[in-house]
Amino acid sequence: MFFGHAITAQQLFGQLLIGLINGSFYALLSLGLAVIFGMLNVVNFAHGALYMMGAFVAYFLLHEFGLNYWWALIGAPLIVGAFGALIERTLLVRLRGLDPLYSLLLTFGLALMIQGLFQNEFGASGMPYAIPPQLAGAHNLGFMFLPNYRAWVIGFSAFVCFATWFVIEKTRIGAYLRAATENPTMTRAFGLNVPRMITLTYGFGVGLAALAGVLAAPINQVRPGMGVDIIAVVFAVVVIGGMGSILGSIITGFTLGVVEGLTKVFYPEASNTVVFVIMAVVLLIKPAGLFGKVA
Amino acid sequence: MSANPVVASAGAVSRETRQFAAAFLVMLALIAVAPFVAYPFFVMQALCFALFACAFNLLIGYVGLLSLGHAMFLGAASYVCAHAAKVWGLDPVLAILVGVVCSAVLGFVAGALSIRSQGIYFAMITVALSQMIYFFCVEAPFTHGEDGVQGVPQGRVFGLIDLSQPALLYVFVAVVFLFGFLTVYRAVNSPFGEILKAIRENEPRAISLGYRVQRYKLAAFVLSAALAGLAGATKAIVGQNASLTDVGFAMSGEVVLMTLLGGMGTFYGPVVGAIVVVSMQNYLAQYGQWVTVIQGGVFVACVLAFRRGVVGEIASALKWTSL
Repeated sequence: MFFGHAITAQQLFGQLLIGLINGSFYALLSLGLAVIFGMLNVVNFAHGALYMMGAFVAYFLLHEFGLNYWWALIGAPLIVGAFGALIERTLLVRLRGLDPLYSLLLTFGLALMIQGLFQNEFGASGMPYAIPPQLAGAHNLGFMFLPNYRAWVIGFSAFVCFATWFVIEKTRIGAYLRAATENPTMTRAFGLNVPRMITLTYGFGVGLAALAGVLAAPINQVRPGMGVDIIAVVFAVVVIGGMGSILGSIITGFTLGVVEGLTKVFYPEASNTVVFVIMAVVLLIKPAGLFGKVA
Repeated sequence: MSANPVVASAGAVSRETRQFAAAFLVMLALIAVAPFVAYPFFVMQALCFALFACAFNLLIGYVGLLSLGHAMFLGAASYVCAHAAKVWGLDPVLAILVGVVCSAVLGFVAGALSIRSQGIYFAMITVALSQMIYFFCVEAPFTHGEDGVQGVPQGRVFGLIDLSQPALLYVFVAVVFLFGFLTVYRAVNSPFGEILKAIRENEPRAISLGYRVQRYKLAAFVLSAALAGLAGATKAIVGQNASLTDVGFAMSGEVVLMTLLGGMGTFYGPVVGAIVVVSMQNYLAQYGQWVTVIQGGVFVACVLAFRRGVVGEIASALKWTSL
């Protein structure tokens, strides 16, 4: 193929790296969506807003309480996850048994509220969050400079994703969760507290979103709009991967991030739309998504 | 999503028609009085949004499909109409028609892609597709990016009726709105509409009765997209501009709010909801982002406590089933 301008290796690997970083966020977010959807049959529209909250909690922990990045990495998912559990306990629980579209609309409304409140308080502009000193600097790999923080984000996200997969697919807790997803009534009959599992699952999925927010804070700025920008792409990722497939959402998330990055190199005009175009093609060929079972 | 009796006896039909007609007369009277009471430009905007919400309601209320990307049809038609009127110098009616055709074609493509999926999958696919259209509009040269298309001429209908005169423009917009509104009523109260409702209530049953469910859904989707386009194109003529706001995701959310608040699956609900939401934006504009917070709160309140919406509650209190 002929491209109007020469592409340097620097450029290519640079975009590839950005693609992997975005892919990490897509993977963490779509994984959270998949976990929540699998257990609650709820499409959590507030996911983007809660991701944004994760970044803001990290910011507050640093500037109000002097707690550094590493505390935020644990604290923000816990705080936002607890907030999510509260939403589930007080609001979502009332919609159980109704058409799942209602819970989608409820979380949509919540997203608007959270979004609006943060925008009121902080305006539309971003606030910087410093890279933790332990991860400052970069390594020269010969063909490119790899900033340490970016390497950390990719590695840590991949670790969290696969740990989540492992827990759900290979451990006893995961077996309980899968049983509760498959047949909640029977699972309750065996003496397991299914409502509590549902609440914790929602909190966990939300916690993953908040974790992605903390990881994103030093790279993108902490902005109220950061959640809206990403949620539609994450939905497309979930549709491409197939809803309810844990491994599918992880693989699709990382892959699409990379594809998006490469598009920025080869055909920048399409970089915003490429994920949606891929979604359209996948829907034509495999309506249930690449890893999904039923439509 | 709401339970409307699908079958009605012959005697009941005429009573329902009378109820609908009574409400229709009230609406006509209100449309006639409105420009003397409120700012006419505001009323025309509200009518465009009301038509948009009616188009959206055709899907959610009568087929049970939640489209979270309907702004793509409003916005696409708005841009195309604005471009046709300004750059090509078309007659406003023709410009609107070009916009509507464009939305219908877009609706056909988007519908063909999304209709095979159901419920929340459908919703998520429409979100993604509309986002794609949004980015297309950001990049495409004829939309002028952040500036939008400004200074769209209102022109003369058939070379005769000068739409730059406020009174004539108002009548024109009212006629377009009533046309769209009655199209939805006619479609829902036709054999086609009965089949749509049957699909909503029990899709496997409709399939087993031999209906090609996908085709009916797609036809409803295209009709809804075309009417949303009609609203968007008319709005471009009224406001003399087309901008990214019309195609953005917030707009897709607003139309859901209008319909939910007014009452899904009612004819007058989307109209009432649109007027409330547009007024809210207009009168609360100085509070900035609080409007978003309030809208979110109304969403949550409707979903939790008020699922039938304003008109749905009134209809059920009066036992009028065809509002």
